[in-house]
Amino acid sequence: MSRFTVAVLVNNQFGVLNRVTSMFRRRQFNISALTVSETESSEFSRITVVFDGEEIAKQQLINQLYKLPDVCSIKEFSDDNSISCELLLIKMKNEENTRGDIRGAVEAFGAITVDYSKDYMMFRLTDTTRRIDDFIDLMKDFTILEICRTGSVSLERGSTTIRQPVNL
Amino acid sequence: MLLSGADIVVKTLIEQGCDTVFGYPGGQILNVYDSLYTHQNEINHILTAHEQGAAHAADGYSRTTGKVGVVISTSGPGATNLVTGIATAYLDSIPMVAICGNVPTTHIGTDSFQEIDITGITLPITKHNYFVGNVAKLADTIREAFRLAKSGRPGPVLIDVPKDVQIAKCEYEPQPPVEKAEPFTAKDIRIIEAAKLINAAKRPYIYFGGGLITANAQAEMLGIAEKTDAYIGCSLMGLSAIPTDHPRFLGMQGMHGHFASSMAMHKADLILSLGVRFNDRATGNREKFAKGAAIVHIDVDGSELCKTVNAVCGLRGDLKWTLAKLLPMLNENKKPEWTAEVGALRQEEANRLDHREGLTPRNAILALNQYLGKNTAVCTDVGQHQMWAAQSLVFKTPRRFLTSGGLGTMGYGMGAAIGAAFGTKERSVLVTGDGSFGMNLNELATAVKYNIPIVILIMNNGVLGMVRQWQTLFFNKHYSNTVLERKTNFTAFAKSFGAESEAVNTPEELDAALGRAFKTEGPYVIDCMIDKDEFVLPMLPPGGSMDDIITKLEVEQ
Repeated sequence: MSRFTVAVLVNNQFGVLNRVTSMFRRRQFNISALTVSETESSEFSRITVVFDGEEIAKQQLINQLYKLPDVCSIKEFSDDNSISCELLLIKMKNEENTRGDIRGAVEAFGAITVDYSKDYMMFRLTDTTRRIDDFIDLMKDFTILEICRTGSVSLERGSTTIRQPVNL
Repeated sequence: MLLSGADIVVKTLIEQGCDTVFGYPGGQILNVYDSLYTHQNEINHILTAHEQGAAHAADGYSRTTGKVGVVISTSGPGATNLVTGIATAYLDSIPMVAICGNVPTTHIGTDSFQEIDITGITLPITKHNYFVGNVAKLADTIREAFRLAKSGRPGPVLIDVPKDVQIAKCEYEPQPPVEKAEPFTAKDIRIIEAAKLINAAKRPYIYFGGGLITANAQAEMLGIAEKTDAYIGCSLMGLSAIPTDHPRFLGMQGMHGHFASSMAMHKADLILSLGVRFNDRATGNREKFAKGAAIVHIDVDGSELCKTVNAVCGLRGDLKWTLAKLLPMLNENKKPEWTAEVGALRQEEANRLDHREGLTPRNAILALNQYLGKNTAVCTDVGQHQMWAAQSLVFKTPRRFLTSGGLGTMGYGMGAAIGAAFGTKERSVLVTGDGSFGMNLNELATAVKYNIPIVILIMNNGVLGMVRQWQTLFFNKHYSNTVLERKTNFTAFAKSFGAESEAVNTPEELDAALGRAFKTEGPYVIDCMIDKDEFVLPMLPPGGSMDDIITKLEVEQ
């Protein structure tokens, strides 16, 4: 089992996310993260899918995506050829005995304190999915009140873009 | 010219070369029906008894003609009644455009009377679907739907048109019919790879499916078979692509396939697979399926390559174009050992043939064969009769066997036979069972109304035979809910609908009835009594391999 990141450029049409996720559901693809965002053009939306599975399942996922008429192009990313990151917001209980350790970890990871009161602290961390996982693991030693993360977004290195047509 | 949305729907259908549509009117599609009334000299609308029948009829029309079948329904229940028909077409890759009315855009999302989210419902069973919220986009959306439906791997497309969009006016300019997307050939490097594998093969077997019919690639396929001395088998969906009596053709393979065909596939060292999807009914246990064979798989849909069976060489491309490129790269040679081996398998199959006398299922189909013209379309429903028909019918012309292969829709046949009769402009035949016929027999009313010549052969055994067969084999003969015990008199029923009909109990009676049926203008129902313990054989048990094949079965009474 490996982890794959696939970026999908789709027509910015009503219901397009539903078309894509409905296909994932009915073919039972194991999606671990999915983000949708606007792009440089109002015609398109960009979906970034993080998928866990075998190589053959990933190929099937890409082939099935190509069959959706609203899908314009697809690009698969690896750590070498792309930059990926995601955003984490985490709310921790503010307690006398753990405050120091939490702030130490926050500093080590380069997270930012976005809110602070005597009951709780909220931090923001923008980093790779793996670093965010590590940070959350550390926080598990303390009292986590709430977590929200965005899922990964990715862009290819270099000047090429997803809009350049790809042939299967 | 300035036209209403409803007129644009009808005008665009006409512009796309559509002369026959099937459907059923209702409140939210009234405007389109008004336009159909105005344009009745240019486009023929066939009113069925139920929307499902209309969808199957559009499917049958499409299968026989290769054109896009069109079905029209109202919103809500009209639209949901299409669902089984659309799904049937989707699973068998049949080009179809379904047009539904819906409540006005201002009412959408408020659970109005007869409002349903049909684009949501049909999302997984269409190639694509559209909700048209703006009359300015209506004509182009219909054009795009036609293009999508027939391009690449064909399939159904649905268009949902709210009432206010049918009323709104917009400029309309006729355009020529859309062309399907340009076919593409598989990559050269893959074709070379495939040629190497085929040239190295000692026991080549060509396995084709419905994709071969869609691509019209029979000549190219036969050329390859001739050159490489390959034998040919097909899936259920491939039937009728080439004449049954072609010397290289071993018939359908799979769960109820011909013994020689399934066995030759099992023994082959190379399987050239064309427009097939290796469905579980075709392969049985995939772990044990064709272990000794290298699979070369060509399909226009890249997602079929390596979906269920691992091909050593997968080629994504149009079959006709790709095979034409592959053919000159192949070495011509004879393979006498393989020919002898296949000959022995054929002999073995012949020895196992059911030669019993009386009104056996096989004898009924053989009798029917005598009456089939070159152009006669034979439709089936789903179950034992479907397999008996698939095994023993003699096909002469492509697109003349219509069966729900993928979805396995009982009740498909009656609508399909209506559509097929319009498609071929000839008499069509429906082979059905008493269970399947019971599902959509309302469409007999349609056949009577339009005086459509359809010979309906009901293989009546009083049970749901295929399910019963499984219960016999795998469920200790617990005949749970498969004994119909209905008091239906099909002959009286048919007559009450205005059709001619008779019941038959012997081969002689059947032959005489067929003689009358094939001379009748309009539908003719033959209620053909067969024994409830007849089995479809051979049978590969589900999940089994060729080692588990059942060829003989004695049931203690």
